[in-house]
Amino acid sequence: MSTAIHSSAVLQAKLWYAQRISAMVLGLCVAIHLFIMFYAIRGGLTAGEILGRTQGNWLFAIFYEVFVLACLVHAPIGLANILRENFPRSYGLSILPWVLATLVLVLGTTAVIGVFTGGVGR
Amino acid sequence: MSTVNLKVKVWRGAEQGEFVEYLVPRNSNQTVLDVVTYIQRKLDPTLSYRFACRVGMCGSCAMTVNGVARWTCRTHVAKIVEGDSLEIAPLNNLPVIKDLATDMREFFNKWKGAVGFFKGEQTRHDDFAVVKPDSEERQLANAGIECIGCAVCYASCDVVASRTNYLGPAALNRAWTLTNDVRDTQQLDRLRAVAGDAGCHTCHTHGSCTERCPKQLEPTAGISGLKKLVARAAVRGTKWGKL
Amino acid sequence: MSNRPTLDHRAKSHLSYFIYMAHRISGLLLACFLPIHFFLLSQSLFGADELDHYLKLTDFWAVKVGEWGLVTLLTIHLVGGVRLLMIEFGTWRGLRKGWIQAAIVLSIISGLLFLALAD
Repeated sequence: MSTAIHSSAVLQAKLWYAQRISAMVLGLCVAIHLFIMFYAIRGGLTAGEILGRTQGNWLFAIFYEVFVLACLVHAPIGLANILRENFPRSYGLSILPWVLATLVLVLGTTAVIGVFTGGVGR
Repeated sequence: MSTVNLKVKVWRGAEQGEFVEYLVPRNSNQTVLDVVTYIQRKLDPTLSYRFACRVGMCGSCAMTVNGVARWTCRTHVAKIVEGDSLEIAPLNNLPVIKDLATDMREFFNKWKGAVGFFKGEQTRHDDFAVVKPDSEERQLANAGIECIGCAVCYASCDVVASRTNYLGPAALNRAWTLTNDVRDTQQLDRLRAVAGDAGCHTCHTHGSCTERCPKQLEPTAGISGLKKLVARAAVRGTKWGKL
Repeated sequence: MSNRPTLDHRAKSHLSYFIYMAHRISGLLLACFLPIHFFLLSQSLFGADELDHYLKLTDFWAVKVGEWGLVTLLTIHLVGGVRLLMIEFGTWRGLRKGWIQAAIVLSIISGLLFLALAD
């Protein structure tokens, strides 16, 4: 087997593995998140309520950052699989999973920092 | 005695062609193979189709009936007829030679490509290999070895349709059974053959293979087994080596 | 040139295919939503008032319909995903049709819970 094909095979296997492991983490995170959501939306959602729970709360911060990192692994690989299947010859589209990964990491971590600190001012 | 006729649309031609409608007398206890045979013998001798045992053992008569891949000898008209209409086409995902006969070469070549064949190192001068029937490997192999290569699963798979080099459920299922053959000596080659973008990880588990297999085999199970094994081989290595 | 028939909806009319498609579509839509969701929450970085300003925007009825959809999609993807993990990593017990039914039922319940609890 030529090295190019071989390293691609190893990469594919590792991506599959990473996506499944992150899926296991997300299974837990999403289930917990759904419960938190149903609890939180009762009687409307305000910033004060949200920040009241998350501000200074290390447990929430760690939980949500783990959540963000699991999404970072899981979603772009899923998107890449769909693109590879439906647009096999469009190599240009392969930038999209990277774009998604960047958005998830940057915006996600900013969101976690934001709700943990409750605002660092404008 | 009045005869009710079936309106049977049959694919005539090859990759280019059309559906031609025939009127076939309807009987009780009639299979789709009976219908195709009637057309060829009584209505149009130029119709090409395959069959052999006609009793559900050989898998030669597999065709697309009303959009679903089936063994025509084991498909009763009464079970699948839509009103009084039937549509019979060659198996999907395989090149058409003529009418209802497809070119099975790529199907069997992929079987080979997945190292879906046995190679051991013992000779007639050695003692018998001992494989306990209740061992885990033997039971896993048993679950998949009844495959007769009819290509119904191959013809039902989305991934085979969209990715021409994907090995397909039958080849991967066979590779899995051989992965569980403790006498086989090509395991690392086999794992390498079923890795990569034509291999097991390309399966996206929509399950048509398991749903349609006329022998109730479950390629999804074998492919899941391969996915784990190949991933382990890539990351940690297996008892046969690292990918 | 080929005009021969190809795999159509009749080949795909079974439960396992349906949940595969639902899982794939829900994943895709959730992936599109995620950056928006994170952006909204990241406005908390500028203080509670700034976050509230963006939260008020979600009071619009169309957004509420979208949120109902997202909760439903999230539950489909979660239960459909756990089903896949059972298939790929658990003891083999077929295509886990029970999990498919659970995905449908639980996503309906999720949607109803959202409608009941949301303002």
